Amino acid sequence: MVAVNFGRARPAELLDLSRVEELRTWRRDNGRVFVGSGMTFARITRELASFRPLVEASRSVGSPQIRNRATIGGNLGTASPAGDALPVLAAYGADIVVASQARERRLPWNEFFTGPKRCALEPDELIVGAEWDAVAGPGSFAKVGTRNAMVIAIAGICVQLDPHGRSVRVALGSVAPTVVRAPEAEELAAGAIAWDEPDRPPAESFVAEFARLAAAAASPIDDVRGTAAYRRHVVEVLARRELEWVLDDWRNGAC
Amino acid sequence: MLIRATVNGVERAVDVPPATSLLTLLREELELTGSKNACEQGECGSCSVWLDGEVVCSCLVPAVQADGADVRTVEALAENGDLHPVQDAFLAAGAVQCGFCTPGLVVAVADLLAREPHPSEETIREALAGNLCRCTGYQKIIDAVRLAEGALA
Amino acid sequence: MSVTKERGWIGESARRVDGEPKVTGEFAYGSDLGTENMLWGATVRSPHASARIVSLDAAAAMGMEGVRCILTYKDLEHAKTFGLEFCDQPVFAEDVVRYFGEPVAVVGAETPEQARLAAEAIAVEYEPLPLVTDMEQALRPDAPRVHPFGNVLRHVHILHGDVENADADVWVDGYYETAMQDQAALGPEATLAVPADDGGIDLYAVTQWIHVDRQQIAPCLGLPEEKVRITLAGVGGAFGSREDIHTQIHACMLALRTGRAVKMVYGREESFSGHVHRHPSRTWIRYGAKRDGTLVACDVRLLFDGGAYASSSPAVVGNAATFACGPYEVPNVHVEGTVVYTNNPPCGAMRGFGAPQICFAYEAAMDALAGKLGMDPLDLRLKNAVKRGSTLPTGQVLEGPAPVSELIERCRAIPLPDDEPPAGRDPIAYPGGAGNVSRGEALKRGVGYAVGFKNIMYSEGFDDASEATVTLRPTPDGPVASVRTAAVEYGQGLYTVLAQIVRTELGVDEVVIEPTTSRNGSAGSTSASRQTTMTGGAVLGACRAIRDALLERELAEPITRTYTHHHAPTTGLDEHGQGSPHAAFAFVVQRAVVEVDQELGLVRVVQVATAQDAGRVINPQLAEGQVEGGTAQGLGLALTEEIQLQDGVIRNASFTDYLIPTILDVAPVVTEFVEEPDNDSPYGVKGVGELATVVSTAAVAAALRAATGRVLNRVPVHPDDLVGIRSEATTSGPAPVPDVPGQKSIPEYLGLGLGQQMLMKASDE
Repeated sequence: MVAVNFGRARPAELLDLSRVEELRTWRRDNGRVFVGSGMTFARITRELASFRPLVEASRSVGSPQIRNRATIGGNLGTASPAGDALPVLAAYGADIVVASQARERRLPWNEFFTGPKRCALEPDELIVGAEWDAVAGPGSFAKVGTRNAMVIAIAGICVQLDPHGRSVRVALGSVAPTVVRAPEAEELAAGAIAWDEPDRPPAESFVAEFARLAAAAASPIDDVRGTAAYRRHVVEVLARRELEWVLDDWRNGAC
Repeated sequence: MLIRATVNGVERAVDVPPATSLLTLLREELELTGSKNACEQGECGSCSVWLDGEVVCSCLVPAVQADGADVRTVEALAENGDLHPVQDAFLAAGAVQCGFCTPGLVVAVADLLAREPHPSEETIREALAGNLCRCTGYQKIIDAVRLAEGALA
Repeated sequence: MSVTKERGWIGESARRVDGEPKVTGEFAYGSDLGTENMLWGATVRSPHASARIVSLDAAAAMGMEGVRCILTYKDLEHAKTFGLEFCDQPVFAEDVVRYFGEPVAVVGAETPEQARLAAEAIAVEYEPLPLVTDMEQALRPDAPRVHPFGNVLRHVHILHGDVENADADVWVDGYYETAMQDQAALGPEATLAVPADDGGIDLYAVTQWIHVDRQQIAPCLGLPEEKVRITLAGVGGAFGSREDIHTQIHACMLALRTGRAVKMVYGREESFSGHVHRHPSRTWIRYGAKRDGTLVACDVRLLFDGGAYASSSPAVVGNAATFACGPYEVPNVHVEGTVVYTNNPPCGAMRGFGAPQICFAYEAAMDALAGKLGMDPLDLRLKNAVKRGSTLPTGQVLEGPAPVSELIERCRAIPLPDDEPPAGRDPIAYPGGAGNVSRGEALKRGVGYAVGFKNIMYSEGFDDASEATVTLRPTPDGPVASVRTAAVEYGQGLYTVLAQIVRTELGVDEVVIEPTTSRNGSAGSTSASRQTTMTGGAVLGACRAIRDALLERELAEPITRTYTHHHAPTTGLDEHGQGSPHAAFAFVVQRAVVEVDQELGLVRVVQVATAQDAGRVINPQLAEGQVEGGTAQGLGLALTEEIQLQDGVIRNASFTDYLIPTILDVAPVVTEFVEEPDNDSPYGVKGVGELATVVSTAAVAAALRAATGRVLNRVPVHPDDLVGIRSEATTSGPAPVPDVPGQKSIPEYLGLGLGQQMLMKASDE
């Protein structure tokens, strides 16, 4: 609508998906979660409270007015690397469900996002939603902007602990052409965390190296919103903090 | 496209081109100019209205999505010449200067207090984060919320 | 929290007289107005900062649906330029464009969309020309010339005492930069122009000074001023951005050409190109002091980037130069202040008018001096603060109140906010707000003070008088008063203050402020924090004349009196920058408490405490509102606001990327007013509107330095600065001093067309 208001887009026709019920639902079947593309961030905050990083991301979007209308489908369709929900979906390892008249298909998130504001959606397809296997473990989402509210992220990061799978997922936003994971950081964490002893605090050197590797997974640019150097720095700081938070929460039985 | 919406309690039928926002519909077709256009981008909240009971930026809603919907604007708040307690609180607290942000803020505050009658300071700030004001520095707006909270209790 | 009372006399927090329509949405701003059979206007603007217009082809556009009129420079049959100080700004660019967004043509069509489509279809061919976008580069002899006579618009030289041989024990040197700030008023530029049967035009205008608008519009339309009738439309904020012409001449031309009413409104993106901005600045400043902290000397080189056209830049640099040493007694002073033309967007009036930029520099330098002396920063200020009777670097003696020491003590005495434990807060109560970035890590508080001052009313010989007319009429329900003024209200509460004055002086309850039109005599601009004094003074004078008349007879018939209020005369600056350039001064001290996330470089302002010299507070709630709003704007310049330019092109012309403070970015503001009456002023008042903006950027910067130990010599401060990724701004030395004939603006020496404000000044001499 911003493009329409500015006269940059003048669609001759619009298709209103906001009343398509299947898109406005979510469900959980045996650990497989589906969130429809029409779910607004306000509803996600209210109804998916147990998915804390998703709620934290949703809560960081714009304003209440925006959250009442903005949808996870919007984040997906715009495919901006700064889309707030996207690092969380990447950390969850989500598949993106798209459908045309002919078929429905599922694309892993990293195949769905093909570049900055580009995705693999065909012209005759719509985004049905996102699906992932629920992870039983604490997660966290944080993003930095130069103002305290209403900001497009300069850098965003989701860290999700998976004690059952003995892994840590780390996903970065706004610091690469698309949302990316940080596989080297994840690998280090998988090996270094005492999965059988939650009470054992992590070695300081491990945390520092984890953060360094997360930052190394970023390939940020300078733009009007921030510098590449600062973005990388933010990733390092937030990666460390979020790791400490999720390990803390794991230790305390919080989820 | 002809759409029918209930606007401030009255059913209206309007023919709108596809690429029109609800804000334009309200201001230009229905002559409800209380909702303002300060950014056309959903950044400032001066266009805030209720759509099916939820507060939204009307500049970001395609007018056609209001078909069959219930729309309430700032013009619906005062009844029979009596100000809504939120409106009165804004005046009593000195929360109005140029007033351009005021309709949007009055809607946002009325919405906040309807959902949460006794909000914490953080809740107030989070709820109003999408309403920009350039004149007041927001302090007296927070005072107005507290005054209205008391009046509505 | 202050709450409005009901009797409505001066000294009370009376309710706004225009408040009810504002809360119900009925208040009609310029952008809300409309009429039957109206056309909409759209502007074609240059995408280049410096280019020659090779060709312009409107043929295709003219044939498009709904298009009724297209105008370019070829349609300018009368005056082709306008401007506040000099008539240097083309109504439409003719052969060259000098800034990104300069108007080239305008379209009138049946709907806004048709006008916009047609504007896009006008084919303009440009040939880019060399451009100059750096203010120091503009001073070089080989720099591209924005105007044929060169890039120096005005240079001010002040010499008082002998800086060279000053006997100082300690010197500090500092270099400071401030960015281009935008007023970002929420209410957009708008005009509704309705052609009249007498060949004239009726305008509903969004402006800060009706009469100066008229004086610029009429010559361009080839009409006598009486045929350009202006009614003030509701103004949604201004802060300096509605002093210059925006839509008015274009809308009037379209209306006169088509014979139909025309409405023009700018959207937010266009608005950034549709008004002037705050001058970016560079300041090189030295202070010399004795070991006990007594200031001995101050040497300042300041440079402002005025952009492509003059606007009010000469007055801005004059202001900045005369305030350059701060509100301190300094016996030996040397100031060289220049404003240059560049191909950047034009700069002009913004709340503070040169004082905020220079305050950021001198307060930072004073803190550096305190550090070098091992002195408490406030003790250094107290040791040197001006007071009534002090002499300023221009030789002007402070004849009015100057309670700087008291302000410092009062500000210091305001209780600091309680310590807040870092852990366990609501996530949005950390620096970084809604981003969920903290659970209390690496938080550090910093406290910083800043002292500032500026002029009230216009300066350097400008007699900005104000006229008002008051009528008292008997009615069955008791006497009713009405006020006729051309003064603009754009939110600060002027009309409420005027009503309070009338209620107090005439003892009436009901006061009507009549519609504000050009039929009334000029009230001067709503700027320079002057209206309470000037239009308040005019209304007071008219009321007292009515009271005098009532001594002679009873109120059987309406009594009308008109009064023009003048302030004390001021002078220009002689060849050494000496004179009495300002009519009155006001002073302010602020203390900012910030909390910094030292790892992320994010800031949360915790509290701002203000002690302000207000003479006499007419409406405490309105006065606080000015302090709180002014603080937020200064906070914006300190932390988040910057028009980002690349080769003169604005890159962030939207509220997405031009970041004004949200409610999560501001902090409680505690305000104390010191009311030492100014005996030259009605009720002893001093204007309050700008002072908080003058000083808040400097106070926040001082607090950030305290929290981080960083130099922070540039605003806005970025997180990169706070975490040490970006180092301080550097310089290769003060900009060279240009060779100029004298203190006046270069266009004036060249006899170039005087703008409206200059014409008014000239006619008063």
